[in-house]
Amino acid sequence: MAEVLVYVDHVDGAVRKPTLELLTLARRIGEPVAVALGSGAEATAPALAEHGAVKVLTHDAAEYADYLVVPKVDALQAAYEVVSAGGSLAAVLVPSSAEGKEIAARLAVRIGSGIITDATDLEAGDEGPVATQSAFAASFTTKSRVAKGTPVITVKPNSAAVEAAPAAGAVEALAVSFSEKATGTKVTARTPRESTGRPELTEAAIVVSGGRGVNGAENFSIIEALADSLGAAVGASRAAVDAGWYPHTNQVGQTGKSVSPQLYIASGISGAIQHRAGMQTSKTIVAINKDAEAPIFDLVDYGVVGDLFEVVPQLTEEIKTRKG
Amino acid sequence: MSLRIVVTVKYVPDATGDRHFADDLTVDRDDVDGLLSELDEYAVEQALQIADDADDAEITVLTVGPEDAKDALRKALSMGADKAIHVEDDDLHGTDAIGTSLVLAKAIEKAGYDLVISGMASTDGTAGIVPALLAERLGVPQVTLLSEVSVEDGVVKGRRDGDSASEQLEASLPAVVSVTDQSGEARYPSFKGIMAAKKKPVESWDLEDLEIEADEVGLEGAWTKVDSATERPARTAGTIVKDEGEGGKQLAEFLAGQKFI
Repeated sequence: MAEVLVYVDHVDGAVRKPTLELLTLARRIGEPVAVALGSGAEATAPALAEHGAVKVLTHDAAEYADYLVVPKVDALQAAYEVVSAGGSLAAVLVPSSAEGKEIAARLAVRIGSGIITDATDLEAGDEGPVATQSAFAASFTTKSRVAKGTPVITVKPNSAAVEAAPAAGAVEALAVSFSEKATGTKVTARTPRESTGRPELTEAAIVVSGGRGVNGAENFSIIEALADSLGAAVGASRAAVDAGWYPHTNQVGQTGKSVSPQLYIASGISGAIQHRAGMQTSKTIVAINKDAEAPIFDLVDYGVVGDLFEVVPQLTEEIKTRKG
Repeated sequence: MSLRIVVTVKYVPDATGDRHFADDLTVDRDDVDGLLSELDEYAVEQALQIADDADDAEITVLTVGPEDAKDALRKALSMGADKAIHVEDDDLHGTDAIGTSLVLAKAIEKAGYDLVISGMASTDGTAGIVPALLAERLGVPQVTLLSEVSVEDGVVKGRRDGDSASEQLEASLPAVVSVTDQSGEARYPSFKGIMAAKKKPVESWDLEDLEIEADEVGLEGAWTKVDSATERPARTAGTIVKDEGEGGKQLAEFLAGQKFI
């Protein structure tokens, strides 16, 4: 059976959920071989094995943390060469983070392959894997495939439900020799983002977002309270971010993050095209807005026309009561 | 010595228009107005600021696209860029990101550069991979997704705000930089700038000028194939209620019914 290389996104050995989703999708086209790099790489093996990795190729070196992107490209290319030399390689899958897309793109050029980014689904096809993507602010769905080389595909978070499928997950050391380019861009300092204790925005099953109608940084606490009652991530519209009410890392939209949770709750967001581009593929959409004419109401499964300062706290209380 | 900055820009269909695909599954450019991709305005802005801080700098804006793409170049020139290069060729129709990066890289090399600045992504394709592809093809450092950028003594420095950390980056020129919409508001062209732009040189290059074969680009040469594009069905009208004091509770009832609570 053909092998599928899966690039592992992990934090000190803790595998992030989009990678487990990737393993689930990879099994549709072949046998997943995972590539885990950097500090804690070997510690990823049990979780990867649990989700179908037949093999886990690992390598750790200071370069992964000290220089931007290229060392990881060198390593993924080394893995590509090892696996493709050993037989048939059906695809290389990478999580669609900002860094993941850069790694995948550079690898694609190096190995002479086409690349598909931000796939939302993946199926085996007669001429190789077929990827589903959304286009034009999610108003279109396209099906694409790679026509040249080994398909390199990046997949968005929440594109598949994680399924366990225990496999051997045998750890093997990957031999990597870094290219001259690897040390081109130094990381001279790194400030970890303070943890909010909430789920990561792009990975969350529920996202609660606030926009212009929240009317001030201090008022975002009511959005946060609703999010916490649901175990949700907090998002913000560009208007709220530009006003300085919430960090850019939480921005949902064309120039921020694109999210596709089970439930999206928009509060005080009108629903301009910029925002819709980032949330339109959410499964269930709910909006709370004073303006009955707001375009967001065209997208909703359930909408409340009303003052968010009344509706949101009441909703939060009711959720807490129901959850006991 | 003069700092040669090349800013790559893209002419994109207006996102507020009715964007759709043509019969050959490329982006239909006939039915909707185009404009300079908003995210590229941030790249032009940072180029202008870097040039202001340099002793001597020249900003060239570069685009690959059809005839109308000159509008995107004019906008960048009216903001203050010095000159423009337009790569235009009928054989480019349907070129994918990998092909576009090939054309841009050849044009950047032909133009000569110390620094390439791009926006974080185009507002139509939104993949955001062209800057990394350019760095790979040009064989120079990539310093991408910066929310702050500066150049001094042949070194580019910047801040990259990622999901889990904020990083300070540093690389020697030549390099490829991309900037986010957090890098600083882009200026509006002044009347003087708009008038001056009309006199600034716009060079036109085709594939032959760049020594690229037609079959390396275009729809036929693309390394990816789009098999189908379907319009997403309009959402069926949802339930909309007016809050008369119980809106939050009604919404909770809906969420409970959907098993979210």
